[in-house]
Amino acid sequence: MTLAQGVAGSSPALNISIFGLFVVITLVVVFRASKNTRTAADYYAAGRAFTGPQNGIAISGDYLSAASFLGIAGAIALNGYDGFLYSIGFLVAWLVALLLVAELLRNTGKYTMGDVLAFRMRQRPVRAAAAVSTLAVSFFYLLAQMAGAGGLVALLLGIGNPVGQGAVIAVVGLIMIVYVLVGGMKGTTWVQIIKAALLIVGAAGITVWVLARFGFNLSALLGGAAQKGGPAVLDPGMQYGKTGLTQLDFVSLALALVLGTAGLPHILMRFYTVPTAKEARRSVVWAIWLIGVFYLFTLVLGYGAGALVGPQAIRTAPGGVNSAAPLLADALGGPVLLGFIAAVAFATILAVVAGLTITASASFAHDVYANVIKKGAVDDKDQEVRVARITALVIGAVAIAGGIVANGQNIAFLVALAFAVAASANLPTILYSLFWKRFNTSGALWSIYGGLVVCVLLIVFSPAVSGNSGAMFPHADFDLFPLPNPGIVSIPVSFLLGWLGTVLSKEHDEAKYAEMEVRALTGIGAEKATHQ
Amino acid sequence: MSTSERTGPDAGTWREVQDSADFAELRRRLRRFVFPMTGLFLIWYLAYVLLADYAHGFMSTRLFGNVNVALVLGILQFVSTFVITTIYVWYANRKLDPQAEKIRAEIESGAVEETGE
Repeated sequence: MTLAQGVAGSSPALNISIFGLFVVITLVVVFRASKNTRTAADYYAAGRAFTGPQNGIAISGDYLSAASFLGIAGAIALNGYDGFLYSIGFLVAWLVALLLVAELLRNTGKYTMGDVLAFRMRQRPVRAAAAVSTLAVSFFYLLAQMAGAGGLVALLLGIGNPVGQGAVIAVVGLIMIVYVLVGGMKGTTWVQIIKAALLIVGAAGITVWVLARFGFNLSALLGGAAQKGGPAVLDPGMQYGKTGLTQLDFVSLALALVLGTAGLPHILMRFYTVPTAKEARRSVVWAIWLIGVFYLFTLVLGYGAGALVGPQAIRTAPGGVNSAAPLLADALGGPVLLGFIAAVAFATILAVVAGLTITASASFAHDVYANVIKKGAVDDKDQEVRVARITALVIGAVAIAGGIVANGQNIAFLVALAFAVAASANLPTILYSLFWKRFNTSGALWSIYGGLVVCVLLIVFSPAVSGNSGAMFPHADFDLFPLPNPGIVSIPVSFLLGWLGTVLSKEHDEAKYAEMEVRALTGIGAEKATHQ
Repeated sequence: MSTSERTGPDAGTWREVQDSADFAELRRRLRRFVFPMTGLFLIWYLAYVLLADYAHGFMSTRLFGNVNVALVLGILQFVSTFVITTIYVWYANRKLDPQAEKIRAEIESGAVEETGE
């Protein structure tokens, strides 16, 4: 590859040093945090001892992935206003979590999404289903992050050959495994907090810098972007307005974005790290403000990159669309700022992957091992945590292998996929479970498995996978479903299946529903903090 | 089953609480707020998405300088999200928390036998 030089002006040694500093600092923090990690509540839920604001910062760290940061800034720089539409869906989605899910979930569950879904159902089948969908969502999300790492390596470290990139992906995966194994949820949370602070402060700095270049006049900035990229960058429709199908696809994407967040298992699990439902509420409020302000920054970053770097230079740079933010940093502050942004981007991937790994390993150990295999009779909680640690190791290995295989795949597509699966398989079941009295085991299973299968099948038969030159398998041709985004079909189907499965079964546990509803709304008997 | 190892009142008490007027009031307050508000922001979001998707001419209208309708409506989505968040916190602190607190106190005051621990 001739694109191996990396960004012009980039200094790989400097980029690696700044990233290395981040790794050293976070490892020290993780080892210190590990001293109190003994019980299952410590490992899965950090002893429920984080405050609302701390958890809110950690949630924004979990949520603002490489796709949010590099992907959206790049999408705005190249596709103009249509890139901004992603940010809005990602933000508004938090209202679903705030109003309908966060507090009720905190009051009824212990460690995982399965705790809530299985509360008033037959435990084993529902927990198994919850674990399957948790692992599916986490896997797609994990793949997206790791696939992005390869591109970043090319861009920022100047490593062009696939073997070198694979080696760096493996190193990133190994550091992540150390965070999770040593620090558990507490260590992982601190990594999220440090990373979120660096990311938001860095984005704020560049935003002010870009605005200063345009005399703090937003209109002048937009004018600059329009001058380089054509006036169409300011109007909607550049990417999704091409045909009737792309327009419909956009509606489908918008649905998955707004309904997916409250079904992401690694986000849901974060609500268990605080002592009360009120703190869970405060964490969402903090997360909404931080994420909202960050997405406003990305608007300036995207148009700033469009105006100061120009779409042509971004498109031809190694890393393509994902290089907009790093190129902007380079244009403003030279190699030092670029090195900082590069390190933040790596830290982002590392932290998000750690959060996903701990969630998936908790779901396997707690839902599958302790409750399905051992039928809830694990006499030794240490054993459950040991299983979680081994699972984390396996998932880490899968992430490294998947990252190497998926290297070069479209990150935004993989993330949208994870959101679509979360919105189809998880959200309908969560809402029915919390608010619909009649809901039962059969409804939960139909909704989870039905939503998951329909969603994944539609993706397999979509133009994103086959039938055209930009697809995953460009030479095969089985694109029977016309839209790359399945949400517009799979989400309603999952709600419908949940309803149908429920009314077709007579099972209904009145007493358990009473317990669940009273616990959810009042917080009686909710799991308490184990420290302090 | 892992949920049954948890502490708290027994099955009869849960039903009793669920049937109480205080609890019905708490549920009414929660649902009366979150359901309409969810409907409202989803309709507002979908209206915005459909406009951005299908009404390009209208959305591209320049309002001042280079700022067009699309940008203003997009920023308003942020504003409405922040406003709804703030209103919910205010409502929850004033109307939901005290009511939940009251029910918890009633149960924990000893009127009800605790099992376990």
